Amino acid sequence: MLEIKCPYCGKRSQNEFSYGGDASVKRPELEKEISDKEWDDFVYLRKNLRGKHHEFWHHVAGCRQWFKVLRSTSTHEIFKTAKINEEL
Amino acid sequence: MSQKFRLDKAGYINRDKKISFRFNRKKYFGYEGDTLASALLANGVHLVGRSFKYHRPRGFIGAGVEEPNAQVQLYTGAKTEPNAIATTVELVEGLVAKSQNCFPSVSFDFGAINNFLSKFFPAGFYYKTFMWPKSFWHRIYEPIIRKAAGLGVAPLKPDPDRYEHKFEYCDILVAGSGPSGLAGALAAAKNGAKVILAEDKPRFGGSLLTDEVTIGNKSGKDWADDTISQLKSMPNVIVKNRSQVFGYYDHNMMVMCERTKDHIESPSKFIPRQRLWYIRAKEVIISTGSIERPLVFGNNDRPGIMLASAAKEYMKVYGVLVGKKPIVFTNNDSGYDTAIDFKKNGINPIVLDIRSNSNSSVVMEAKNLNIDIKFSYGVVNAQGYKKVSSALIGKLNEDKSGYKNLETIDCDCICVSGNWTPTVHLSSQSGNKLKFDENVNAFIPNEPKQNESTVGSANGSFTLKNTLEEGLTKGYTLSKKITGKDLKISTPVSNERRYGQQDKFWCMPLPKNKHYKRCVDFQNDVYVSDIELAVREGFRSIEHVKRYTTLGMATDQGKTSNLNGLQLVSKIEKKIIPEVGHTTFRPPYTPVTIGTIVGREVGKYYRPTRKSPMHTWHESNNAVFVDAGLWLRPRYYKQKNETLAESSKREATNVRNNVGVCDVTSLGKIDIKGADSAEFLNRIYTNAWMKLPVGKARYGVMLREDGIVFDDGTVTRIAENHYHLTTTTAQAVNVLSHLEFYLQVVWPKLDVNVLSITEQWAGVALAGPNSRNLLNKLFPETDVSNEGMPFMAFKEADLFGVPARIFRISFSGELAYEINVESGYGVFMWEKIIEFGKEMNIEPYGTEALSTLRIEMGHVAGSEIDGRVIPSDLSLDLMISKKKDFIGKRSLKREAFLNPNREKIVGVVPLDKKTMIPEGSYLVIDENASLPNPKLGHISASCWSVEYNNPFSLAIMKDGKKKIGEKFFAVSPLKNKSIPVEIVSSHYVDPKGERVRS
Repeated sequence: MLEIKCPYCGKRSQNEFSYGGDASVKRPELEKEISDKEWDDFVYLRKNLRGKHHEFWHHVAGCRQWFKVLRSTSTHEIFKTAKINEEL
Repeated sequence: MSQKFRLDKAGYINRDKKISFRFNRKKYFGYEGDTLASALLANGVHLVGRSFKYHRPRGFIGAGVEEPNAQVQLYTGAKTEPNAIATTVELVEGLVAKSQNCFPSVSFDFGAINNFLSKFFPAGFYYKTFMWPKSFWHRIYEPIIRKAAGLGVAPLKPDPDRYEHKFEYCDILVAGSGPSGLAGALAAAKNGAKVILAEDKPRFGGSLLTDEVTIGNKSGKDWADDTISQLKSMPNVIVKNRSQVFGYYDHNMMVMCERTKDHIESPSKFIPRQRLWYIRAKEVIISTGSIERPLVFGNNDRPGIMLASAAKEYMKVYGVLVGKKPIVFTNNDSGYDTAIDFKKNGINPIVLDIRSNSNSSVVMEAKNLNIDIKFSYGVVNAQGYKKVSSALIGKLNEDKSGYKNLETIDCDCICVSGNWTPTVHLSSQSGNKLKFDENVNAFIPNEPKQNESTVGSANGSFTLKNTLEEGLTKGYTLSKKITGKDLKISTPVSNERRYGQQDKFWCMPLPKNKHYKRCVDFQNDVYVSDIELAVREGFRSIEHVKRYTTLGMATDQGKTSNLNGLQLVSKIEKKIIPEVGHTTFRPPYTPVTIGTIVGREVGKYYRPTRKSPMHTWHESNNAVFVDAGLWLRPRYYKQKNETLAESSKREATNVRNNVGVCDVTSLGKIDIKGADSAEFLNRIYTNAWMKLPVGKARYGVMLREDGIVFDDGTVTRIAENHYHLTTTTAQAVNVLSHLEFYLQVVWPKLDVNVLSITEQWAGVALAGPNSRNLLNKLFPETDVSNEGMPFMAFKEADLFGVPARIFRISFSGELAYEINVESGYGVFMWEKIIEFGKEMNIEPYGTEALSTLRIEMGHVAGSEIDGRVIPSDLSLDLMISKKKDFIGKRSLKREAFLNPNREKIVGVVPLDKKTMIPEGSYLVIDENASLPNPKLGHISASCWSVEYNNPFSLAIMKDGKKKIGEKFFAVSPLKNKSIPVEIVSSHYVDPKGERVRS
C-alpha cells in the first residue's frame, strides 16, 4: 500500500485516496472549436509511460481535495506531491 | 507414560505441566512449551505424513517454518485447519491432529503405489499424459487429479473464530529476534526511536537459544532474556513474539501476522485468533537469520533424516533426542555442534564429513570428545521405509564422482548439514536485487531499494561478533537519522566457536547401476532426476524449470530446496549460480490463513450498511429489504402470505389509484452554493440552467467527457446562489467526486462550493392522485394547489413545527411530491404522513413498486443508464442544449454517435400479455436461427404493468424507434425461454405526461 502525502493533510495510506488519471492532460477550453483528433487525444489518448508520471489523486476519505502526484510507474516511488495550483 | 526420547533436564519446556493430545487418534503426552513436532519426537513418532505426489513416508526435517513435510490437519468440524506445520504448532491441552494426504492411514497408504509407478509420473507428466483425447480432460482426468493431489481438507463450515486488523507506525521495525535483531532493536530503542521487534517463534533469541556462546559475562540465552526485558520496559518499544512479518510492500508497509489465541488452553472469548498488523516503518531492520540446507543422497526423504540444526534445537530447546544412534552428515563445521550436543547428552554420534579434513576449533573439540569422525565420507543411501534404520555410506574418491568403498552402518536418524541459506525473502520482496556471495555460497541482499537494512546471517554474516556489530551499528545509525539523538551503546564482548571452510559439494553421486531417488524439494516431491529431465528437455530459465518441475512452488516456497535446485541446474548446465539466477520471492513468507487477511470484514461487517432514519419503522412494518449500493432499502412491505410480485402489484396499484409513500433518503443530495453556481450547472449538465428561477426545479442529465450518460437527477434553485442537486443512489459518491474534480482542477476560478447532504436530510416521495389532498393536511398553512405549486415547483414549509422542503417532482409519473426534513425528524415526518394519509388509503411502497411505476412510464434508471448510452439513445435529445458547451458535448459529434441506427429505448409487450420477459433477454428476429443469432437489442427492465395488467419491459434496441409495431422474439437461454413480443413506445402509460401536471 502506497503512502501518499496529501498537500493539505500530510502522509496518509493509499486506501484514503482514489486515483484520478494523468495530470498532464489538459481539458480543452469550453466553446472552443477543436478538431476530432484533438478531442480524441484528450478523451482517449494516454501515454502509459514507464517512469515518472504526473497524476491526479483525490483525498476522498479525507479532506476531499484533488492534488497532483509525481510517481514512478515502475517502482511506485513518489517524488513529490503538490496542490493543484502549484508546480510539481 | 514415559517418553523414550525425552532428556532428563535439557530444554526450556515446563516439565511441571503435562499436556495430553491426540495424533492420528492415538493419545500422547507432552509438556507446556512443546510444539506438536517436539512432543511427537519425544514419543518416538517420526512418520507424520505422506508426500504430495508419490505418497512416500515422511517425517520431520526442520524445527520451524522451514519444515516442508510435517503438515497436519488440526481439529475437526468448523475449527479444522489444513496444512498446519507441526513444527510451529504449539502444544495445548486437547490438541487433535492427523496426517494428511494418506488413505486409509499414514502407516498404510494406498496412494503409495504411485511410488512404484513413479516412472510414469515424471516432471511435467500431466502436460504429456493427459493431452488426448481432449474431451477427457474436463470429465475424467481433472477430477481424478484433483482427488489424488492436494494436502489437507478445507473446513466446510464458517470459521467460528474472530480475526482483527491493526495499524501501527514506527521508526524502526526489527524482523527477527536473534542476536543481530536484538542488538539492532536495543541500539535503536536506547537512541530514542520508536521500535517494534517481531519474533515468529514463541521464544525470543533465535540462534542464541541453541548456540554455545557468551555475550558479556552471560550465556547467549541469558543475554537475550535480559535484552528482551530491557526492551519491554521501554515505553518506545513494542515487543511481539508469535508474530511473523510475512510481507514487505510498497513504501515500507510491512504486514505481520500475530498468533494470539491457539496456544492458550482456555482463551477468553474476547481475544481474536490472529491479528494482522499493517506496520508503516520508517526503516526496517531485517534480521531473519538463515535456514540450514539439506544434503542430497539416495532416499534422503525417509523419516528420521533431518537438518542438523533442527536436531540441535530439539535437544536444546525441547530436551528431545531425535534418535539414539545418530549419523551426522555434513559438508561444513556447523554439523559438529549437533554431534557435540549428542555426545554431551550421552549419545555416540558418527560424523560423516564430505571434506577431506578440518582443523577448526569445533572439529578439535569433537575429536577431544572422542566422537567418531569419518572424513571424505558421505551417506549414499538411507535404508528403511517408514523410518531410517541403516545407511549405505561411502568414501568418496578424489574428484567425488564415485566411491572408493561402500559399507552399511546401523542408525536411527541422519542429521544433515549442507550449510546455510540466508533468509532473504523480505529483502527480495522490498525490491532488492539479490547478489550471489561465493563465500556464503548463497544469495544475499544487494543495494536496498526501500528503507531496509539486512543484518546478521540473513546478510551472510555468520559469526556472533559480526552479527552483533551489524545489529548495533544499524540500530544506532538508523535511529540517529530519525531521532537526531546520539546515544551509542558499546559492543559487548562475545565468545563463540570458530568455524572453518565449508565444502560446496552437496549432492551425492549414485553408485553404479543404482537409481536411488534423491529428493530436492520435499513438499512438492521433486527429485534430482526430475530436474535433470527438465534440463534435458530444454528448459533453461530457472523460472521455467521451476514451473515445469514445480520446484519450490509448494506452501513452504522452497525454503529448504531452492538453493539446492539452483545448484543442481548450475551443475548440469555447467553455469555458475549467478548466471542461473534465482526465482522471485513473493509474500507471504509463510502461509497465512484467509481469515486473518479478511479480518473483521465478514458477513454483515463485509462493508458498511447505510440505513435511512426511517429504517426501524420499515422493519416493524414487515418491510423486506434489498441492497442498493451500501443502502438497505425496503423492497416491498409484505402483507400476510404475499409474494414479491403480489406485494409490489398492490403497492403500485395503490399509487396509481390513491396515494403511496416511499423512502427516498438514499438518493444523493448535494448542496451547491456560490455566485457561479448557475454557470457551473450549465457546464456539467446537458441542458440550460441560467434561467431557472428561485423556487423551481429542473430535470438534468450529466455526461462523461466521452459523451456517455453519467447520471440524471433534479436540481432545485433554493435561493439566488443556492441550489439543491439530487443524484441516483448508485452514483451519489461518484457525482460528488466528479463535481469536485471540475471545480478544483478544471475550473478553479468558479465561485462554487459543493457538499454532500445525503445523510443530513430524510426524504420521502408522496405519489398518487390523492397526494395533493394529503399535502394539504400536512401543510395547512402552505398553498399547494396546482396554481400555487405547479409541476417542478419548490417551497419551504412548516411540518407541524419542523422545517421542511417540498419539491413537486415525480419519478412515478403520477401527481407526486418529495418532502425533505432534517434526518432527526425523518420518523416524525413518516408517521405524520401515515397518520394523515390513512383516510386516503395511503400505503408505503418499496423499490419494486417504484420500479414498476417508472418502467411503465418509460422513465430511465440505472439499468438503462448502463455506461453505454448517449442521451439520444434514451430519447433525451431535447435535453441537449444547442446554445452552450458542456462536459462531453464535443463527443456527441463523433461518427458512431451520429449513426441513426444506434440502439435506442423502446417498450416491449409479450404477445400473450401474460409471460414476464426475463431481464437480460435478447431481441431476435428468428428464435430458431443458427447460433450466433444476431442480436437486435436487450431487455433492460421488466415489470407487471399495473395500468394495463400485463407484462411490460423496456429494451435498448437497434434502430428501435422504427421497429414500433413489429414483432420479434425475446430469448433468454439462461432461463430457457423464448417469448414472442411486440415493440411499443417506451412511454407506455400517460405518454403526454398529463398526470404529473394535473
